Amino acid sequence: MTKYMMIMRGSDEAYEAFQDLPFDEVIAAMGRYNEEMMKAGIMLAGEGLSDASEGFVVDFSAEPPLVTDGPYGETKELFNGFWIIDVASKEEAAEWARRCPLGPGTKLEVRRVNDIEDFPQDNEWIQKEAGWRAEQAERLAEDARRGAARA
Amino acid sequence: MTDETDAATARPTDLESARRAVAAVWRIESARIVATLTRMVGDFALAEDLAQDALAEALAQWPAGGIPSNPGAWLTAVAKRRAIDGWRRRERYDERLAAIAHDLEREQAEATDATGDLPYDPDAIDDDVLRLVFVSCHPVLSREARVALTLRVVGGLTTDEIARAFLTPVATVQQRIVRAKKTLGAAGVPFEVPPRDEFPERLGTVLGVLYLIFNEGHSASAGSDLMRPELGREALRLGRVLASLVPREPEVHGLVALMELTAARFPARLDANGDPVLLGDQDRRRWDRSAITRGRAALARADAIGRGRGPYALQAAIAEQHDVAASVDDTDWPAIVALYEALGRVAPSPVVELNHAVAVAMADGPEVGLALVDELAADGRLARYHPLHAVRGELLERLGRADDAREAFAESARLTANERERAVLLARASRPGAR
Repeated sequence: MTKYMMIMRGSDEAYEAFQDLPFDEVIAAMGRYNEEMMKAGIMLAGEGLSDASEGFVVDFSAEPPLVTDGPYGETKELFNGFWIIDVASKEEAAEWARRCPLGPGTKLEVRRVNDIEDFPQDNEWIQKEAGWRAEQAERLAEDARRGAARA
Repeated sequence: MTDETDAATARPTDLESARRAVAAVWRIESARIVATLTRMVGDFALAEDLAQDALAEALAQWPAGGIPSNPGAWLTAVAKRRAIDGWRRRERYDERLAAIAHDLEREQAEATDATGDLPYDPDAIDDDVLRLVFVSCHPVLSREARVALTLRVVGGLTTDEIARAFLTPVATVQQRIVRAKKTLGAAGVPFEVPPRDEFPERLGTVLGVLYLIFNEGHSASAGSDLMRPELGREALRLGRVLASLVPREPEVHGLVALMELTAARFPARLDANGDPVLLGDQDRRRWDRSAITRGRAALARADAIGRGRGPYALQAAIAEQHDVAASVDDTDWPAIVALYEALGRVAPSPVVELNHAVAVAMADGPEVGLALVDELAADGRLARYHPLHAVRGELLERLGRADDAREAFAESARLTANERERAVLLARASRPGAR
């Protein structure tokens, strides 16, 4: 299983056009979509973002970093929300993305979320010699669960 | 490179990507398709065969023609057509089947008028998917058969994928599934959600199957491969599927919580050599905070139903105590002792007693803990259970009884089936003196 973030983005015009659609229908379609992903057990998180005018940007090109209020003038596309899904393959992520009820002018950018395998395993924090401590309560708890599951 | 080779290499790549796209659709749709078909043909084994036929047809057609805009409906329609063809061939085309065929033809006609898609109402078949879960985990089946069938029909995994996950030959998995389907047919297992009086026990079996898959994923019972997180995550996904099907059952949420709160620690459980890192030595900053949050939310959902905590919720609560502690010393061991006592009441077992003894040792000192472990050792039920001897070794070592400790570690090493565990234990058994 691999985690992907689906990031909704679109132009100002697309969002404005979106505002003209009946609100209830938009909410219902998105609700059905979310429900489908919940039922499939793959949706880990998802949030919609409020209007860009309520946000701001911190630009680290300046020292100290420069804070600019939204909606950021020349920006062509704005982020409007995201989902994190846990699926078996890139193709499965694409299949879910394809089903999202979005209209012209909007896009879903789908990005893989880094997994633990993406980072080096041998760092100072991990001791090689795993001493057999009484804190193996952990392992035992797992054995107990296995026992309970098999009982 | 010539044009000719380009064309030759391009084709298999396209085929492969089409195959992967079909597999993706299959994972999303298969449970509903098999459930719908079982309702229609009244025979789970036949439904499963028909669904596999439809999958084969998709693999033959989609690479060239593209994925239909409603792939689930496409697959279902193909399978239904296969069913009707089969009946016609066998001249068992009775009135009931004639009616089904008629409905199907009408559905197709209507749909073609409108969007070109076939009608398909996913919400209407949640109950059928739940029935499918109960059939796949039916008690007439062996544990291995339940696991294989659940992964295949509910999870939408291929036989190859299941075989790979369990390090079992493909033929063995195939045989297991064929035999399971025969067993279900011979026993006349109905396609139904169990009646009220059987429901708790049957649900318990389903949860047991999911938890077995999860544990197979994160701690192999034998051999050298200690962790196969793919299976763990698939079990979690299936747990969430079940939670959405029976949201009023506290133990389903309890199991999801337990799996999330355990999986949260996966990122820190193995070192660079693939050896296990014990809880006390794990870098807790590597734990998956999102998983901990999801697990605690699931536990809260279980509690909110207000029917008390069952064994899974209690184990989740124990895992939660570890997950929220900054270190072993910072852990609320008295709370864990109390949770193990509660667990011992709802699901009594000597293994729970051993865990309780370890928690007591952490809360009140090794001497008190050792007394409980020795008591447990004396009654003989865990004589061949290697962790008991490892715990004794640890506690003895803490009490400065180095010779006794080494003996206990050696006994533990003798009893474990896991090669890596044995190596760790033998190292402890040959250590020159107490720390």
